[in-house]
Amino acid sequence: MDIRPILITLRRHKFTCCLLVLQIAFTCAIVCNTIFLIGQRLDRMHVVSGIAEQELVYVELADIGTRTDGDARIAADLAGLQSIPGVKAAALLNQLPFNLGSDNFDVRTDPAQRIAPLNAAQYMGENLVKTLGVRLEEGRDLRPEEYIDLSAVNTLLSQKQYDKLPAVVLITRAMADRLWPGQEALGKQIYVGQGLPFTVVGVMANLIRPGMDRMGPGVQYSTVWPIRMPMLSGTAYAIRCAAQDCDQVLKTALVKLKKLDPNRIVLEKDTMEQHRSDFFQNDRAMTGILVAVCIALLVVTSLGIVGLASFWVSQRNRSIGVRRALGATRGNILRYFQTENFLLTTMGIALGMVLAYGINLFLIVHYELPRMPVTYFPVGALILWAIGQAAVLGPALRAAAVPPVVATRTV
Amino acid sequence: MFAYYLELAFRGLNRNRVLTALMVLAVALGIGACMTTLTVLHVLSGDPLPGRSGSLYYPQLDPRDMDAYTPGVEPPGQLSWIDGMYLLRAKRAKRQALMTGGMVPLQPEQASIDPYHSEARYTTADFFPMFGVPLQYGTAWGDAEDQSKARVVVISAELNNKLFGGKNSVGKTLRLQATDFRIIGVMGDWRPNPHFYDLYMGSYADYEEVYVPLSTARDLHMDHDGSTDCWGNGNTGGQDNLEKAPCTWLQFWVELDDPSSVAAYRSFLQHYSEDQRTAGRFERPVNIRLRNVREWLEFKQVVPSDARLQAWLALGFLVVCLINTVGLMLAKFMRRAAELGVRRALGASRRALFGQLLMESGVIGLVGGLLGLVLALVGLWAVRQQPSDYAKLAHMDAAMLLLTFIVSVVASTLAGVLPAWRACRVAPALQLKAQ
Repeated sequence: MDIRPILITLRRHKFTCCLLVLQIAFTCAIVCNTIFLIGQRLDRMHVVSGIAEQELVYVELADIGTRTDGDARIAADLAGLQSIPGVKAAALLNQLPFNLGSDNFDVRTDPAQRIAPLNAAQYMGENLVKTLGVRLEEGRDLRPEEYIDLSAVNTLLSQKQYDKLPAVVLITRAMADRLWPGQEALGKQIYVGQGLPFTVVGVMANLIRPGMDRMGPGVQYSTVWPIRMPMLSGTAYAIRCAAQDCDQVLKTALVKLKKLDPNRIVLEKDTMEQHRSDFFQNDRAMTGILVAVCIALLVVTSLGIVGLASFWVSQRNRSIGVRRALGATRGNILRYFQTENFLLTTMGIALGMVLAYGINLFLIVHYELPRMPVTYFPVGALILWAIGQAAVLGPALRAAAVPPVVATRTV
Repeated sequence: MFAYYLELAFRGLNRNRVLTALMVLAVALGIGACMTTLTVLHVLSGDPLPGRSGSLYYPQLDPRDMDAYTPGVEPPGQLSWIDGMYLLRAKRAKRQALMTGGMVPLQPEQASIDPYHSEARYTTADFFPMFGVPLQYGTAWGDAEDQSKARVVVISAELNNKLFGGKNSVGKTLRLQATDFRIIGVMGDWRPNPHFYDLYMGSYADYEEVYVPLSTARDLHMDHDGSTDCWGNGNTGGQDNLEKAPCTWLQFWVELDDPSSVAAYRSFLQHYSEDQRTAGRFERPVNIRLRNVREWLEFKQVVPSDARLQAWLALGFLVVCLINTVGLMLAKFMRRAAELGVRRALGASRRALFGQLLMESGVIGLVGGLLGLVLALVGLWAVRQQPSDYAKLAHMDAAMLLLTFIVSVVASTLAGVLPAWRACRVAPALQLKAQ
């Protein structure tokens, strides 16, 4: 189809055309970036945790008064929890995956390093690997005889008896790859605090670190220590169960813990799945808003196209009639309006790509977002073309239906 | 003439109903989205203590070791116990208060309410007069209670309603951390937003229910929550050892009324840092900050980036909606070219036509704005259903209401200028001939 007559006609409506192109450009730019933002949020929400999420429940308790028999209480609690039918394992952990806050520390591969190469989460608690269902890729789990109490660790540290500390630690694959790229991590040393060495005895496939601010690069930087926890603020019982029993196990566990010692407050209790879902609730809400904005933009723009196209069709009623009288088919008229819309949309998309790139730069500077992959540009273009063609179809069909006899009428 | 144009404009709404509806809808959607997000931003970036916040300052020192030191690094956001207590006792400002937060087991006397963890603030006497905390019953504590680690507590109006049905509970006993506390004051309605004095518990956090002297809280080993930042070997003694540990975990606020006292306080901090450095306690070069409330909130970027992003998105959406309206308005006006041509031929000036068309676009803006306002109220309701901690604050106030109207009328009048200008330039002869 010859597009020259279309371009000549469009030139006579410069102002309206510019407006339409501008609107399509803005829509395209915003939609591209919004889809990109939605993708970012979805990636965040689908992060791999490395734990058996469907098979975990947790209970966080707090003592009402100060107690002296803490360790015995915990041993009794754990024994009680493990005796519940359906419970596979239980552990008292210093922090749980998908907590909002987190305990972290700097890790060095050489005590002389001034700036630590990475910062990792610190998980503690006897029987953690088995309870959370973390998969070991290499090496071994921590042995029962390697565990010591947190209070003993603090005493040893304050007396500077560093050699009596258990010198083993588990790290994640992501950490191993970052610290020693291309090398065997087992048997290597990491240095913590004032240059205290710990030997890597096992490498875990994945273990997500807690903390809203720790999502993003390094989300799998976690370590597991052979340290037994006392009941502190933030510590929680994690209980592993078969996925179908979990709700029942949680109920029974609460009753059991209350029976073992009623003088306690249950601060938090839930399934790990729910804990994860709560953790990402803001991201989910934001994703909803972004999707809504996208749809609203596309609807407004397509309604705008419908409005303008209808206006043009009615304005050119007479000339359409003349063309029909001179031998143009309905298909010719239909395709004329479709091509016209395609041309305008293409101009809008071209301008929109430049704008989209600009908006992305703005987001990179102000919101620390990564650069938008080029694949998002054609996606935006395709959507706009589709919307444009869909919107123009109605008015174009109406134009095609104009009978040739219109040409003979005066008005 | 104005009234006549207004009448014409309202009649104009009735013509080309579909086009008009599209325009009104576009304006309404744009304005609704924009005002929802701007209201959220406005609420979030409000002044927590109007009239007072200008003279409240937050001193920062840098007591860390040389590990990972880089010049120009920001000092920690909190103070250590040693520095905090020194600055508190020095009393170099008009008023000063040292504080931190935590969770305390609260055992109500009523059997109907289970014991629970209550949010608590551990602070010193000046907290109440300095922040202008209203008390509906009783009084706050003074220096004497701070010194004697008195078992006294000030409770929030909410807790008073919950436990004592809103009656005067001064003198009654409240059991916290398995210890009896005497209630000496009940606060009035006081919830500054953001929660500026301790941003480490969440910027728009729930408010504390109980306020106890810091010395008492430490004496009873009350749990400390929020951020604790350590250096060196960190804190090896658990929470009870925080006084001695190389960690920052306390917030300190001072009241300074005029620029000269601010300058004096700054030099006091400078000298203290230098002295500590000479004594070998501080290793880094002197690095102090003294920000007021506004500067502190800006520095900590308390307004969530999601809220700002939403505002930008909504602004972009409004722009698209307005361009859309300009295009449709142009179509609407041009369709009446013949009518406008007749009016011109009958002697109407261009200015008169322009005024009339502008009035018509203004009316569309007004109707769109009204609808947009309704949409914004719906939008704010939707925001309040969201899980974020600031969601419940999203309410429209008089200022935002006025702004909504101004924005909608100005925006759509602006959107009407171009089409009106184009349409009133029709050549009357040409239009008459086409008839």
